[in-house]
Amino acid sequence: MTEPGTAPDFANWTCPLPLRDYPAIVMGHGGGGKLGNELVEHLFLPAFRNPELENLGDAAVFDLKPGFGPARIAMSTDSFVVQPLFFPGGSIGALAVNGTVNDLAVSGAEPKFLSASFILEEGFPLAQLAAIVDAMAEAARVAQVRIVTGDTKVVERGHGDGCYISTAGVGIQRSGILVGPDRARPGDEVLVSGTLGDHGMAIMSVREGLEFESQIRSDCAALNGLIADALIAGGRGVHAMRDPTRGGLASTLNEIAAASRVGVAIDEAALPVRPEVQSACELLGLDPVYVANEGKAVFFVAPEAADRVLAALRAHPLGKDAARIGRVTAEHPGMLVARTAMGANRVIATQIGEQLPRIC
Amino acid sequence: MKYLTEFRNGAIAQRMAREIHAVTTRPWKIMEVCGGQTHSIIKNGIDQMLPAGVEMVHGPGCPVCVTPLELIDKALAIAAQPGVLFCSFGDMLRVPGTEGDLFQVKGRGGDVRIVYSPLDAVDLAAKNPDKQVVFFGVGFETTAPANAMSVHVARRRGLRNYSLLVSHVLVPPAIEAIMSAPGNQVQAFLAAGHVCSVMGYWEYPPLAEKFRIPIVVTGFEPLDLLDGIRRAVLQLEAGRHEVENAYERVVRYEGNPAAQALLREVFEVTDRAWRGIGMIPRSGWRLSAAYRDFDAEERFQLSGIRTVESPLCRAGDVLRGAIKPAECPAFGKECTPRHPLGATMVSTEGACAAYYNYGRFLSAEQLAAAGSGLGASHVAGAAHD
Amino acid sequence: MCLAIPGKVESIADEGGLRVGRVNFGGVVKRVCMDYVPEVEVGDYTLVHVGFAISKIDQQTAEETLDSFRQMGILDEELAGEEEQLARAAARPQSLCPDGSCDPQ
Repeated sequence: MTEPGTAPDFANWTCPLPLRDYPAIVMGHGGGGKLGNELVEHLFLPAFRNPELENLGDAAVFDLKPGFGPARIAMSTDSFVVQPLFFPGGSIGALAVNGTVNDLAVSGAEPKFLSASFILEEGFPLAQLAAIVDAMAEAARVAQVRIVTGDTKVVERGHGDGCYISTAGVGIQRSGILVGPDRARPGDEVLVSGTLGDHGMAIMSVREGLEFESQIRSDCAALNGLIADALIAGGRGVHAMRDPTRGGLASTLNEIAAASRVGVAIDEAALPVRPEVQSACELLGLDPVYVANEGKAVFFVAPEAADRVLAALRAHPLGKDAARIGRVTAEHPGMLVARTAMGANRVIATQIGEQLPRIC
Repeated sequence: MKYLTEFRNGAIAQRMAREIHAVTTRPWKIMEVCGGQTHSIIKNGIDQMLPAGVEMVHGPGCPVCVTPLELIDKALAIAAQPGVLFCSFGDMLRVPGTEGDLFQVKGRGGDVRIVYSPLDAVDLAAKNPDKQVVFFGVGFETTAPANAMSVHVARRRGLRNYSLLVSHVLVPPAIEAIMSAPGNQVQAFLAAGHVCSVMGYWEYPPLAEKFRIPIVVTGFEPLDLLDGIRRAVLQLEAGRHEVENAYERVVRYEGNPAAQALLREVFEVTDRAWRGIGMIPRSGWRLSAAYRDFDAEERFQLSGIRTVESPLCRAGDVLRGAIKPAECPAFGKECTPRHPLGATMVSTEGACAAYYNYGRFLSAEQLAAAGSGLGASHVAGAAHD
Repeated sequence: MCLAIPGKVESIADEGGLRVGRVNFGGVVKRVCMDYVPEVEVGDYTLVHVGFAISKIDQQTAEETLDSFRQMGILDEELAGEEEQLARAAARPQSLCPDGSCDPQ
């Protein structure tokens, strides 16, 4: 064991060799782990730096014209390149709408308007595009948002993967709410709105080379209704919210721990994971805490509000499996520690890039 | 999952750990050979449950870590060739070669794919007759039957466009090498249960006798590991050195005869360099003469490969158990999972990455303090949610 | 090296000269090569590594092993109900030693 004084300092760790080890983009840069974070930290943020961006929330929140009316605007953008385009429980279309809605919702905004840009590959079947667009329309109807502008570009065959979708979303920031990834406080309870890893393993089940049969379906869903209920129940007791997408729960909790300069301690036995998802993870050697979700939110809630928020989550159809999974600590800022099912403790770090099937 | 979940019972694990505490009177160093066991020990925090003096030394049983750099470089060179479809288990994609890794080859346009099974690669060969499909056949005795079957099936199906880049390594010669190394401190071994499910454990009694060490065939779940450790400690305390099977539901003395038969047909024993350790005589398998035409090293003309290992990396000392990962001067500084200098920092089974990811650089007190935010009543309640 | 997990064999068929089984791993089904385990039949549990069954799970031995684990280290006080035991285990302070009695400090 090293002395405490010489242990690597994780709270303030940044890559000493930014963007140097990989001179070209690799898949890991999109995997929701450290590689992606480094792109943001060392490339995008320095280039675009401004107060709205620096918050690094899921959506930027700003006044269109300071002093002009009470409403603050939240804005978010996202791109969708999922393969395959259709998967158990969803499609790229549903993901595009729900993902954008969720980014706004976890920032404390009421999602209102979306844009959609399509980058289509020459030869892409129109029937598939129609199915994708139908899924978007249905998702927008359920989420009560409107897709108000869009664009279409076509690239030559071989230059795209059939269909990519890029979205932007605009919402109205709720008044009386103060949430942000930097607002978690020691003592806060950590809640998750349902089972972990469903989306990632649903995708894995149809990925060439790894496919398996199961009942696992993506949890892809718009969370604005669920989050509205949680905010009504918790009010200012809700300190931080985030949807644990790429990189899974582990990345989200690490990000909030780092942004808020607090430690997060979770209990592995309390994590809700569907048995089939756990089984699929065993098969491929993956850890559900790193697997993507598309219809779940994590809440950091003041202890006195936690029961109310949990009850509100469980009363919503998308939150019936909601669980209390841990607590914020003053110790070990920036670090996520789990109590294992055996009663020991381990640190859960952010993944480097995409989680790889650990087969051998 | 049946036969998995039952062996992860935390309450029983606590009692088994107490049993180990009760029988331990002295410090002992026990090596778990297999990287899968290292992963499980650290993921579950089993090492924290042991008496302070009982130290688990993480052995070289991670194929991702010990596959020689030269072979990684060959993989990179083959995968970069046009017309090649290069298939691999997931973990191998991030192992650093002299220049880059398979991910970077993929980024530059190489067709590199992750498959679950070598038979998936054979299917890809059938579906892509215009491509040369190469499978990166790494692994210990557990994985060898799968790789052997892939060339066997490819030959039967007449697939001339399938080949295997082989780097198989064997456990018993590694145990022999570790025990023979000067300064060795390992006093007992947990033999890798899944290797033994294929090979049996008839190779171990001569080793136990020669080096007077207990060898316990051990499974991978927390209760299995605790039982293996308990049995090793009991033997050490009693001064015994026997081969025991603590994984009886899976492992038979003779192993799997059908698998061993095909292994004898497809492979032959060869000297093998282990990354970070060096050459161990007769410690690997290569394709036998009858299957040599499926050897990717023969099929592809590879020249100009210059292999250079990082001078800072002390993976060899880690794999031998001579130092703990955190004792390497580069650990957590020049060498991180983000920027690995050696293979032990790459695989999640690798000793260095396991230490880094699961916080083995923390003292037990620090970890306990970190976990103290979980009120006991809160945890008990949450567990039944 | 050795990620292998147990599953239950649902069916076995000949596919192009290979003995291929459908094996159920807790709700997840995978096609698995069964050539190395001729003794395994439908309904048996088998250990699978990278798409290959490599060993038959001896169910009786598994139960016996579990029984012996359950007996291990039980103290009188713990002959209480399972729930109470779990609650106590959870309430126990974290320490190098499970019951705190053997810590040197």
